[in-house]
Amino acid sequence: MARHEGRGMASVNYPIGMNLGGDPSQALIHSNPDGKFTVALSAIDLGQGMKQVSRQIAAETLGVPIEDVHVDTADSDTGPHDMGSFASRGTHRMGNAIIVAAREARGVLLEAAAEELEVDAGDLVTDGRGNIHVRGAPSRAITVKATAQAAQFKQGKTIAGRGIFLIPLSAVDAETGEMNPNTAFAHACLVADVAVDDETGEVEVLRMTSAYELGRVINPRMVEQQLVGGAWMGMSHALYETPEPYYPNPEHGPRDFNEYLMPGPGEIAPYHVTVLERPAPDGPYGGKGPGEMCANPVLPAIANAVYNAVGVRVDELPITPEKILRGLQANGGVKPGPRRGGPVNWR
Amino acid sequence: MAKIPVQFRLNGSDRAAFVDAPETLLNTLRRGLGDFAPKYGCGQGACGVCTVLIDGEPHLSCLTLSVACEGKRIETASGMADGPDLHPLQAQFMEHFAAQCGFCTPGMLTVARALLDRNPNPTRDEVIEAISGNICRCTGYEPIVAAILAAAGSPGMRRSEGGRHA
Repeated sequence: MARHEGRGMASVNYPIGMNLGGDPSQALIHSNPDGKFTVALSAIDLGQGMKQVSRQIAAETLGVPIEDVHVDTADSDTGPHDMGSFASRGTHRMGNAIIVAAREARGVLLEAAAEELEVDAGDLVTDGRGNIHVRGAPSRAITVKATAQAAQFKQGKTIAGRGIFLIPLSAVDAETGEMNPNTAFAHACLVADVAVDDETGEVEVLRMTSAYELGRVINPRMVEQQLVGGAWMGMSHALYETPEPYYPNPEHGPRDFNEYLMPGPGEIAPYHVTVLERPAPDGPYGGKGPGEMCANPVLPAIANAVYNAVGVRVDELPITPEKILRGLQANGGVKPGPRRGGPVNWR
Repeated sequence: MAKIPVQFRLNGSDRAAFVDAPETLLNTLRRGLGDFAPKYGCGQGACGVCTVLIDGEPHLSCLTLSVACEGKRIETASGMADGPDLHPLQAQFMEHFAAQCGFCTPGMLTVARALLDRNPNPTRDEVIEAISGNICRCTGYEPIVAAILAAAGSPGMRRSEGGRHA
């Protein structure tokens, strides 16, 4: 008749996107006569922030203000091909495709500007505020807008770029069997502290603490928010969600929001995230992708914390009170493990 | 079936619509009057995303008949901003990144608005209770709770037109 606290941890080495080669994403960029740029993608943003990150990457590579870049993900019928938004691949795959497209578009932009300024395109730089000027001579300048208009109405040039990111097929070494199936890896470690009630079998997540290594964090606030939301999803997977509570018997499965159990605002646990940046050599500006790994370490960490608290090893999700009580019965009672690491004092 | 005329005040403007007797307020707002802030989520009162204020009280517009709204004051998230000036709740939702996909946001804003109208200084538990009928599947709720608590402390907090203490 008591609550037992326990601590568990889990680490993740997470490969970004699909492996073994392929996994292509395309991007097309063109300028409009007002000097603003449109990035066409067929992958969509479901709220993860891919559009914002795409916009930042395009603006940075083009050398124009972020306000002057519009990302259009409206239509996969008319847009360039993309594998889609999944496998945490958005920032890495689409970002790389956007950089290739933006470099080509920037090349045409500078050529058009060079023609107007009667200088060599190789001597031109952008200031990121909508101007193009001769390196070291800011007064020899033209705006991006005037350049776009000259290209469109005078020079007959299309300021545009095409980009694709495609991973070469990973060949298997006939002698050793060695291959390199993955591109960027992200990493994380998460510690979960829980309290388990030995009478009801209920698990309360007391707090979570994690460190994530995600390459360059292209938008820190969005990454942080994705990690916070994802940890809640991980907690939900670990303790609440199941479409088939009595698998393979489909009866008593949830049919709607009332019956599909997920934690509400009253169940959220304090969560502290530390984000580490180790830019990836093949990532867009060093970026990888938090994506699915926001939730991944939470599940094993909670399972380990439950084991640490009461000695019940639940190897089937979700970890329901019923499974814990059956485990306690089979073990003949609570068998807590050693408590490691002391209290977490970060608040 | 004969259409029934209904008049009510929507975000401070007099509006009228011809509705069928079983038509929901959500349907009238979205299809008849073009106010797309309240969303169609579950259609059975479980998700909270269709929440609107009727005479200052939060109601699920997917379970409310339009004909029952004759002469009422209805407010949706569309009417929260004052021209270019965002409502403090909207500003704090932005500041705290309290939306990812954004689908739950209009409902969250609306229940939060009703809460702050009747209780300008809620505790964390009171905020959690107020949003407990609204489902979010992206944020993990924490940024939403933080945004509402921050808005409660903000000096520009106004009361809604139909608020109990207005």
